Amino acid sequence: MPTTNDTTARETGPSVLIVDDEFSVRDSLYEWFRKDGYHAGSAENAREALARIQERRWDVVLLDIKMPGMDGLELQRRLKEVDPDLVVIMITAYASVETAVSALKHGAFDYITKPIDPDELSHLVRRAIEQRRLKAENLQLREKVEHLTAPGTLVGSSPPMQKVLEMVRSVAHTDATVLIRGESGTGKELIAQTIHANSNRRYFPIVPVNCGALPESLLESELFGHEKGAFTGAQYRRKGKFELADGGTLFLDEVGTISAQTQVNLLRVLESKEFTRLGGSEPIKVDFRVICATNQNLERAVEEGKFREDLYYRINVFSIHLPPLRERPEDIPMLAQHFLERFARQMNRPYEGFDPGAMDLLVRHPWPGNVRELANAVERALVVGSPPLVRAVDLPVRLNEDARPATGESLADVERAQIVRVLERASWNITRAAETLGIDRVTLYNKIRKYGLRK
Amino acid sequence: MATLDLVPIYMNDRPDLLDRLGEALGRILHMSIRQRTPAFDPEAAYDRSRGQYNSTVMLRLLLGDPGITGDRLLGVTSVDLCTPVLTYVFGEAQLDGRGSVVSVHRLRTEVYGLPPDDALLYERLQKEAVHELGHTFGLVHCADPGCVMHASTYAEEIDFKGPGLCPRCLGVVRAAINQSRAAT
Ligand SMILES: Nc1ncnc2c1ncn2[C@@H]1O[C@H](COP(=O)(O)OP(=O)(O)OP(=O)(O)O)[C@@H](O)[C@H]1O
Ligand SMILES: [Mg+2]
Ligand SMILES: [Zn+2]
Ligand SMILES: [Zn+2]
Repeated sequence: MPTTNDTTARETGPSVLIVDDEFSVRDSLYEWFRKDGYHAGSAENAREALARIQERRWDVVLLDIKMPGMDGLELQRRLKEVDPDLVVIMITAYASVETAVSALKHGAFDYITKPIDPDELSHLVRRAIEQRRLKAENLQLREKVEHLTAPGTLVGSSPPMQKVLEMVRSVAHTDATVLIRGESGTGKELIAQTIHANSNRRYFPIVPVNCGALPESLLESELFGHEKGAFTGAQYRRKGKFELADGGTLFLDEVGTISAQTQVNLLRVLESKEFTRLGGSEPIKVDFRVICATNQNLERAVEEGKFREDLYYRINVFSIHLPPLRERPEDIPMLAQHFLERFARQMNRPYEGFDPGAMDLLVRHPWPGNVRELANAVERALVVGSPPLVRAVDLPVRLNEDARPATGESLADVERAQIVRVLERASWNITRAAETLGIDRVTLYNKIRKYGLRK
Repeated sequence: MATLDLVPIYMNDRPDLLDRLGEALGRILHMSIRQRTPAFDPEAAYDRSRGQYNSTVMLRLLLGDPGITGDRLLGVTSVDLCTPVLTYVFGEAQLDGRGSVVSVHRLRTEVYGLPPDDALLYERLQKEAVHELGHTFGLVHCADPGCVMHASTYAEEIDFKGPGLCPRCLGVVRAAINQSRAAT
């Protein structure tokens, strides 16, 4: 490997001087800039930096804020005496961000914290060089056009889904906590991913935590991480989800199932964005956006004392309700076609669509398992059927049963089945179901009692 | 013919990626490809405090492995790589040197909350492999946005560029390979 003082890279490209007393930092940044076509140079202390600034013109100086001898602030002042237009970027450890902020007041272009995000570094340096160029030409900085990623494959054109999509669009680019509610299989996780993919945090991970799948003790160490020896079996230090989500999004799935003790701890982290690993004492600062999902009635859980009210208010800032599929049957044809195309591609089978009988069954089924159930049904149909069209017989038997007039053939059986179907589709909203059936509410209540129907 | 040693590191679950990559690299670089099992313990590159693997250390381990003797070597790993200064890297290479390493971790769409996409994963891996190897032939980042030597710091940027080297970069690589062949 070349020494860090070797400045043999291109003499023509923009130039960057790295000033840091730590060898690994100098070496790694030097290599990075060299590969990026910069003319790079390095200095390990203030004296050396001042010597280099006399030797040639540098476009950007990356300056460690904490160095033995002269500190970064003082060095910045001295360097700017030599070249007033010099663009200085401060490098700092988390602990000294306050100093970096004061460096900004004293004319630093910006600061970055170690370890440095490579994306941030390249943008920052490019912007710094651009600014120096524009300054030289006495031009105004132009606003950069924000590049947006294409939205995910979220299907749905019904009015309720349009409303959901609008909410997703409006909340995605904010940092607001989002609570996604809806029955199982309605697409809560997909919505969380879509929000993340359209947020400014999209180049960082979205970290899902299934709160319902883990016992209390495991969930805590999953979230907080632990130090070596924090408990039996903790052989290594391990980062928790809070840390892994730093910069990105933490997706707390089934948030309603969290135990009382974990609720307390979680609330504290959400409020302070600071925590310590299990068995550790050092506070760790994190920056993530929170998205929660639940298929439970959180208000009832609060009333029953199972879910903390303060945590409820903390996560219920912006809430998106995903209606069950039976309340938006208009979406079924489009969703079904979407899944058909996806699975046909995967299986490499030339399916084109559904015949009218099959589509009729799909649209009439109440889909208690919602979109997930629909997707499964379509997948199975492609396996058992033969291209190009899915037929009614290819669909699960329960769909065909819905359509048949009967468990028995009596008028009462037909009536009972019809009432069940309508009630389910209306989510047991009695007024709406009665309207659909063309009877009044009292009559409907009586029939529910007569047939012993239950939600 | 100059040889390139491909070294899988924690890639047991995806030998197919290595096979495909080897085949493509042989074609693109006109090198003979060998797969080599590492004799070192990659855990030596693990950075406990970061929960990631230090790419510089990984590169040093590769270069120090007596069983890996090719003219060029490329480590391919499923673990997340970083350096003490940078939060992550897709890979690292010696500029005008012998060694390089790439990670598939951040090339996976799932890491960004998107559905898995195996075709895209492989496409990205091949681009990053050619890119890092390009550095070992002395190439710095190319201004041509379609050239695989164009810099990319996040996965979507990898998708913008093409899979191949622009004529200028390709010329440099071919010349370097011919030279190393002449030397041996
Ligand atoms: N509007 C939609 N467009 C396309 N696919 C969808 C849509 N809604 C849901 N899906 C798909 O349906 C399946 C179930 O969705 P998801 O896992 O997001 O549901 P969920 O609400 O999180 O369910 P659970 O509460 O059981 O975890 C997934 O495969 C998802 O991609
Ligand atoms: Mg879910
Ligand atoms: Zn590169
Ligand atoms: Zn090029």
